[in-house]
Amino acid sequence: MDILYLLIPLSVLLVLFILGGLWWAIHRGQFDSVEQEGERILRND
Amino acid sequence: MNSSEQAVYNDSVVRQFSIMAVVWGVVGMLMGVIIASQLAWPELNFGIPWLSYGRLRPLHTNAVIFAFGGCALFATSYYVVQRTCHTALFMPKLAAFTFWGWQLVILAAAISLPLGFNQSKEYAELEWPIDILIAIVWVSYAVVFFGTVGIRKVKHIYVANWFYGAFIIAVALLHIVNSAAMPAGWMKSYSAYAGAQDAMVQWWYGHNAVGFFLTAGFLGMMYYFIPKQAGRPVYSYRLSIVHFWALIFTYMWAGPHHLHYTALPDWTQSVGMVFSLVLLAPSWGGMINGIMTLSGAWHKLRDDPILRFLIVSLSFYGMSTFEGPMMAIKTVNALSHYTDWTVGHVHSGALGWVGLVSMGSIYYLIPKLFGRKEMFSVKAIEVHFWLATIGIVLYIAAMWIAGVMQGLMWRAINADGTLTYTFVESVKATYPFYVIRVMGGLLYLSGMIIMLWNVVKTAMGGQTVTVAIPAPAHA
Repeated sequence: MDILYLLIPLSVLLVLFILGGLWWAIHRGQFDSVEQEGERILRND
Repeated sequence: MNSSEQAVYNDSVVRQFSIMAVVWGVVGMLMGVIIASQLAWPELNFGIPWLSYGRLRPLHTNAVIFAFGGCALFATSYYVVQRTCHTALFMPKLAAFTFWGWQLVILAAAISLPLGFNQSKEYAELEWPIDILIAIVWVSYAVVFFGTVGIRKVKHIYVANWFYGAFIIAVALLHIVNSAAMPAGWMKSYSAYAGAQDAMVQWWYGHNAVGFFLTAGFLGMMYYFIPKQAGRPVYSYRLSIVHFWALIFTYMWAGPHHLHYTALPDWTQSVGMVFSLVLLAPSWGGMINGIMTLSGAWHKLRDDPILRFLIVSLSFYGMSTFEGPMMAIKTVNALSHYTDWTVGHVHSGALGWVGLVSMGSIYYLIPKLFGRKEMFSVKAIEVHFWLATIGIVLYIAAMWIAGVMQGLMWRAINADGTLTYTFVESVKATYPFYVIRVMGGLLYLSGMIIMLWNVVKTAMGGQTVTVAIPAPAHA
């Protein structure tokens, strides 16, 4: 199953990429005051 | 670019994709009814190669998943990302290209599949020149979508955009890895992988296409259109964030459950089974979050057929995300695999979840895009809802019974160790359920035709409107 040498590293890279996304979101204050965000879309658009 | 006159949303591409989603929905579901009829009455192949089951079946799956579902995802994602980011689409010409490029892909599929061009990968049948076009359109889609998020005027990125974004990135990766092939002529190629390796890549792609195309993308729809239609914020915004990260961290390795008891190594099959079971948690978290958005406003379900589409879609999502992990358990799979139970499971997700949530979202969008207060006929939405729901129930109940029956017949053994039934006996026993499935499909299709009529009437009675982007209220 040589294919796993492609698919598993690919998944590891992907998880690192997702972790990067999570890290970015936390440190850029995306989750600082989340409960009001649900209501924002109901106001104006 | 941001002068006050020009600051309007780019809705023309949203309009185009919304209308085509409905048109391709009718075409794709008609294909489904035709091939379901061919299974019940094989004479309907008419001895014509272009109309044979083997060629029309991929046409059906491509039309409903990528043409109907794809157009619905393009339409809603372009709408939602603009409305939640308070900005017009990034690179509007490229956005227009994604529309024409995607229609060209669909046209190429509609011609090449009946002609018999097929690279023999399920849900990725299209040959390499079309695959390259898909990749180009998809990368353009990513540029438009993430560019729009990048120029947003609202600091917070609304949860629906996270789901759409994950869907766009994952589908690009899956498509490119799975479609890697060596061309051998204009419409012929050989996969870069062989044998069990190829099967592993195929189902790594195939199941993640379910996870990211048919789940994450449509969850983006769910998180915007249910709160909007219900007029209430999502039940728990915190839970929606946990739902997103939990789902994308755990999805990637469910694929091997498609290859239980095959040449795939046993441990890989078990990994696939375990990851499939883990997925039950985020799936149900999201489903409960969506349904509970109506908490305290359940009465709205009584007289709002659009909301009914959206909420019932979530109950089918809950059902199929429970059924899926159960079927991934190896002992259950020993009974269910290769039977029509699998077909029933897929359609409970496809007709129930993907279909209903798209229809509900498009019913929300169309009046807004054409400057009307509501759809031309609200009564017709009601009729569509009941036709679709009864159709789904007939379809999946028939396939459950057929599937379990087939599984039991195939494994039945006489005292002397010989098989109790021949294969053809199980086919014969399935016949009535194939007929019931055709009836379910016909109901579902007729609902979709009513929707097309209703959408055309609404569009013709209205006009294309431009909507101003609200001025930034605070930083």
